[in-house]
Amino acid sequence: MTGVRILLWSFLYRDKWHLFWWTLGLTILYWSQAYSVGGLYTSQAEFDTAAAAMDNNAAFIAMAGPARALNTIGGQVTWQSTAFGAILAGLMSMFLIGRHTRGEEESGRDELLRAAPIGRQATTTAALLHAMIANVLAGLGVALSLIAYPLDVPDSIALGVGLTLTGWVFCGTALLAVQLTSSTRSAYGIAGTVIGVAYLLRAVGDIGNGALSWLSPMGWYQAMHAFSGLRWWPALLLVVGTAAGVVAAYVVFLRRDYGAGVVPVRPGPDRASPGLGTGLGLAWRLQRGAFLGWGIGLLLGGLSYGAMGDDVGDIVGDSQASRDLFVQSGDIVEGFYATAVLMLAMIAAGYAISSALRPRGEEDDGRVESLIATALSRRAWLLGHVTVTVLGTVVVVLGGGVGLGAGFALVTGDGEAFGRYALATLAYLAPVLVLAALARLLYGVAPRWASLAWLALVFSFVIMLFGELLQIPQGVQDLSPFEHLALVPAQPFTWTPWLVLMALAAALSAAGQLAFARRDVHG
Amino acid sequence: MGDPIEIHQLVKTFGPTRALDGLDLTVRTGEIHGFLGPNGSGKSTTIRVLLGMLRADSGSVRLLGGDPWHEAASLHRRLAYVPGEVNLWPNLTGGEVIDLLGRLRGGIDEKRRADLLERFELDPTKKGRSYSKGNRQKVALVAALAADVELLVLDEPTTGLDPIMESVFQECVDDFRDSGRSVLLSSHILAEVERLCDRVSIIRAGRCVESGTLGDLRHLTRTSIQAELARPPVGLAGLPGVHDVEVDGTRVALEVDTPQIDGVLDVLRAGGVRSLTSQPPTLEELFLRHYGDQVEDGAPTEDGERP
Repeated sequence: MTGVRILLWSFLYRDKWHLFWWTLGLTILYWSQAYSVGGLYTSQAEFDTAAAAMDNNAAFIAMAGPARALNTIGGQVTWQSTAFGAILAGLMSMFLIGRHTRGEEESGRDELLRAAPIGRQATTTAALLHAMIANVLAGLGVALSLIAYPLDVPDSIALGVGLTLTGWVFCGTALLAVQLTSSTRSAYGIAGTVIGVAYLLRAVGDIGNGALSWLSPMGWYQAMHAFSGLRWWPALLLVVGTAAGVVAAYVVFLRRDYGAGVVPVRPGPDRASPGLGTGLGLAWRLQRGAFLGWGIGLLLGGLSYGAMGDDVGDIVGDSQASRDLFVQSGDIVEGFYATAVLMLAMIAAGYAISSALRPRGEEDDGRVESLIATALSRRAWLLGHVTVTVLGTVVVVLGGGVGLGAGFALVTGDGEAFGRYALATLAYLAPVLVLAALARLLYGVAPRWASLAWLALVFSFVIMLFGELLQIPQGVQDLSPFEHLALVPAQPFTWTPWLVLMALAAALSAAGQLAFARRDVHG
Repeated sequence: MGDPIEIHQLVKTFGPTRALDGLDLTVRTGEIHGFLGPNGSGKSTTIRVLLGMLRADSGSVRLLGGDPWHEAASLHRRLAYVPGEVNLWPNLTGGEVIDLLGRLRGGIDEKRRADLLERFELDPTKKGRSYSKGNRQKVALVAALAADVELLVLDEPTTGLDPIMESVFQECVDDFRDSGRSVLLSSHILAEVERLCDRVSIIRAGRCVESGTLGDLRHLTRTSIQAELARPPVGLAGLPGVHDVEVDGTRVALEVDTPQIDGVLDVLRAGGVRSLTSQPPTLEELFLRHYGDQVEDGAPTEDGERP
């Protein structure tokens, strides 16, 4: 075990900000549920009505977990946070372990370390301990923040400990995954799939008779029944699950060669498909993975909003604070969905901006040089990416709406609502494209500053949430491109602001493309 | 038809740095032109201007008779380029990249593609992320050599190749030149330049300091001479162009500026030559003559080349 201590310290030191942000994020995930639910309902009777509406909603149960004691703050925190908290702890464990084990091995840096007088297992052990400590910190943050809220101490501790142990189980599976494949990326694929399957088993189990939930570490965590008759023994299952994963990982590790995996690397095609021969074809090939991910994400996000159906009135409650938060105008159901549509559009803007910044990533990584040294002109190269961004954005934005409409229509049986909600997000296509075009303009003029486009999205988001609340001057609010459109479906769609914003997006994009054609291209 | 590459008084600055400072370079049709210089001297910057990626501040640049900034795409159809550092897309296979670059250049010679893959022993089914540096370079070389073009622009193309692959590369470039086409080869592997190049330009701090055939350049530097004489020589140290004279009884070792070699031989003959070896300057000595001071300073930096 020579070297484990030194390595562990160096990992903790190098990742101190990672650990800080993960811990803070997970703590806020739990604590903010307590905080927001605590302020939402004016009376227990109102809380009971809202809880009853959620109790019977299979979509909610599939998303979050078994509905228990939903008319208490602790019950709400447990219900709304544990499944997502477990996913996040799983992802954190996966990234921390992947980065320090297979990632280092793949890059060859680990070779330097192994040649030093340290034990063969030192890196692996240190990485495991590192990820386990990260989960302890997250669990500690959750428990302490809930105790401070204040909620019952034993149950708060149980939520924290359960989170830590669930994270540990995923440390074990991630450690096993990195032994199996020789690339970090496919190891993430395997470990991520395990997390996804755990979530899915739990979801199907919770809607059904609960049997499948017992196959999932997330099910074990939720079976601790914090704030609704706490019991500790399911935590033992998490400990045993962790041990099983870790032991299996070490058995494989000790048998495999350095740099090798157990699963052989699959060869790819030796010839390019017919589509891969133009700037557009390449841009699509490079961006399609991210496009599919965002598209499916928006579809599911829309579905989960839509699945609230017309129960939203009960869930939102009668308090003024929660009305202000969820409903910007008009009828409570339509008003709620107007906000949901805006929210989905802002998430879709995340896709639009990251896609518009993809050319910068290509240039930074030195992959543009070889391309524009062929008959592909720099304009055509960029235009390929622009086309993918614009068309991809249309589909992703529409995907959110389709999910919303489908979810709503399925839950309420109101088929006519589908079309109205499905197309609603397209009303926000214009401001989303404005942000993408802004990113492109920045890239064309000053690629170093292109990431500032993200700030524009954050600004729009803050204006949407707090613009009225903080009484930000109208002139400043108007800077957000999202503030100029009719709140569909609560208000009828108006063409003028939409067309003006579309024209603005086109102008910004054209300026960015022109600027790019005139500037130096770097390695 | 004019020369494929003509550069006169090229200037390119990056902020306060004057990367190219009045550079001249001409590559003639049917020659392999060696482009020599240490890291950070401006070789890659010159090539990037030549390919229309960077805009020249002043000076004239003609590529295949056209303007590389304004006519980049149509000129690029007639050339192939291998960058010094080949970065591939992590999720595209080598074979896909070769096809992609070939199609973007306007078509690929299937037979040559297969032949080159075999000669370079390259597995085209591996993903970009799993290739070693040398293999990434092979991908770019196969893509470039399989193209039907008039000009090859190669920026230190063999730094990651093993000696066997390096000789495969040299054969391929030789063949290319022998069919009447031209090559600009930037390199600091002097043996490779000596073996391949018809003419050489040496650049330093953004200027061309020497240009010509290797024979021309050798003329500009010193020849080292060792001789065994019948009696000690007289008056060697006083001769023009003679340096580092060491006389040990009847054994003589010295360096002489190549144009002055005749005078030295006269003095030696007067001493009665028993044996004589004369070594022409190597390219390395040529190179060191221009960069010797910098090498002694330990100055050249590894990453200074990229702007």
